[in-house]
Amino acid sequence: MGRYIARRLLLTIPVLIGASFLIFALVYALPGDPIRALGGDRPLAPAVVAELRDEFNLDDPLPVQYVKYLGDLVQGDFGTDFRGREVIDTIEQRLPVTIRLTIVAIAIETVIGIIAGLLAGIRRNGFLDNLVLVSSTIVVAIPILVLAFVAQYVLGVKAGWFPIAGITEGWYSYLLPGLVLASGSLAYVARLTRTSVAENLRADYVRTARAKGLPNRTVITRHTLRNSLIPVVTFIGADIGTLMGGAIVTETVFNLPGIGRAVFDSVQAQEGAVVVGIVTLMVFFFIFFNLVVDVLYAVLDPRIRYD
Amino acid sequence: MTDQQQVDLRKDEVEAGTTTGLASPSVDVTNERQNSLWSDAWGELKRNPLFWIGAVFGLLFLLMAIVPQLFARGADPRACSLSNSNQKPSAEHWFGFDQQGCDYLANVVYGARNSLIIGLLAVAVVLVLGVVVGAVSGFYGGWVDSLLSRLTDIFYAIPFILGAIVVLRSGILGRGVVAVAIALAAFGWMTAMRLVRSQVIAVKSSDYVAAARAMGASNGRILLRHILPNAVAPVLVYTTITIGVLIAAEATLTFLGVGLQRPAISWGLQIENGQSLLRTAPHLVLFPSIVLTVTVMAFVMMGDALRDALDPRQRA
Repeated sequence: MGRYIARRLLLTIPVLIGASFLIFALVYALPGDPIRALGGDRPLAPAVVAELRDEFNLDDPLPVQYVKYLGDLVQGDFGTDFRGREVIDTIEQRLPVTIRLTIVAIAIETVIGIIAGLLAGIRRNGFLDNLVLVSSTIVVAIPILVLAFVAQYVLGVKAGWFPIAGITEGWYSYLLPGLVLASGSLAYVARLTRTSVAENLRADYVRTARAKGLPNRTVITRHTLRNSLIPVVTFIGADIGTLMGGAIVTETVFNLPGIGRAVFDSVQAQEGAVVVGIVTLMVFFFIFFNLVVDVLYAVLDPRIRYD
Repeated sequence: MTDQQQVDLRKDEVEAGTTTGLASPSVDVTNERQNSLWSDAWGELKRNPLFWIGAVFGLLFLLMAIVPQLFARGADPRACSLSNSNQKPSAEHWFGFDQQGCDYLANVVYGARNSLIIGLLAVAVVLVLGVVVGAVSGFYGGWVDSLLSRLTDIFYAIPFILGAIVVLRSGILGRGVVAVAIALAAFGWMTAMRLVRSQVIAVKSSDYVAAARAMGASNGRILLRHILPNAVAPVLVYTTITIGVLIAAEATLTFLGVGLQRPAISWGLQIENGQSLLRTAPHLVLFPSIVLTVTVMAFVMMGDALRDALDPRQRA
């Protein structure tokens, strides 16, 4: 297992470098001159422009710029944006919002998804089962953009149950955006649990457990559910990495100052250093949680051995 | 197939939301007569109401994109009068008017065309990239596979919408319909690649491929005639669902202001424009949202039904 993890960690390095280079190259191609934009209506003195261009390595060719950036990055230096603000400060300020949103979303999809899936799986073709199937089909198909507006309008504006936007009400203000963000995965978790539970209920070991005279409750909680949750847990784990990078729409509609919103604003403002820094961070989270999931998979399911 | 390959395949299937039947084969061979996969699948599809609902809405959407005049009730989406600004729906104008006083039904109906073109174009690029890279990677293995798989990992690790945003903002493609489609496909082909790759690896080691090789078939022939046809089913399911996902993604990009631009007619632009008027004129967000949702749902439903039909595990 140790060797497997080491090998996987080594393999993540080219992916991290490749992804950050890809974004770096695209940001490099962004139109306009960010230095000139700094001056606004009054053009900057040529000496100042030259100094700033030198400071941000803007006159170097793309590969040289990237290597210089990478050199700073491995020492933990994310660089500064064009207004002299440290990128790491922006990240420190914005990341907690995204982390809280992700925690709320994961909690919602785990609790509701697993319970709904379990109830549906136990009584296949029953009322609850069909309800879960139909509602998950509908939820999966609603674009998150539409869902965000519907939730905001119906539950926020009309019913007034939730704050409409912003994070002024603490964790409570994350509830509605978290629900919207989680909706797709929630439906998927419910379906995955349902299929898994239904499949496991037909397995021989469940029949054995019943034949031994175990009460239904024990058979389901101790035998069926524990085995059924293996694919579910791994999906949820990988979903953490996805959600950390995928909240641009939710953060925009609900006006949450997280990293998704920050990276989008930075693309618009051509703040290359911020874009590359945050995207690299998102890629790191994504790779990290996928690695954790793969290891977890082997821990949970002894049939899988990586060595 | 080794255990590890089965695990890999099952993981890819979970990610793609589809199934191949190869990960846990349980085909009933004791049946007297074996139908082909496709005739069985059609028989199954015919009885699935989900499929018919999806197909009807999908067809409606297709008609709307090709001949919007049929649905616009005689109104021209660009003939506007400011005196009608933000008027609520009425018997005469079913969807009311937008801020510029244009008939909203006509605008929503005419928006279907861009969605359809982008959805189809993007999915075509996704398929070509996914099938070619996946087949080459799975078939040749070794360092080719390592290289292409890492390349796929790189794209996979960048959030889908974010990658498309940066591509579109960088302006290397422009900002038209084709640009949006390519930007979406550039960050959306990886699941198709992994699906095809796993399929090819799984099928590669089967007896009939060994038989074809023993008879002297070339690599190209084995790949095209023997391996790929067996990988089509899950890719077809994935494609159907992905058209819907891509249409939603186009609306999202346009909503965020990096996709299509005025004077193009697009659901994303309509939702974006209606956003600020949500309190006073909710119908401006409501109608394009409903039509967008129904369209996406049509493709997801058809894909779901197709998956159920093609999955041998579900058959009794």
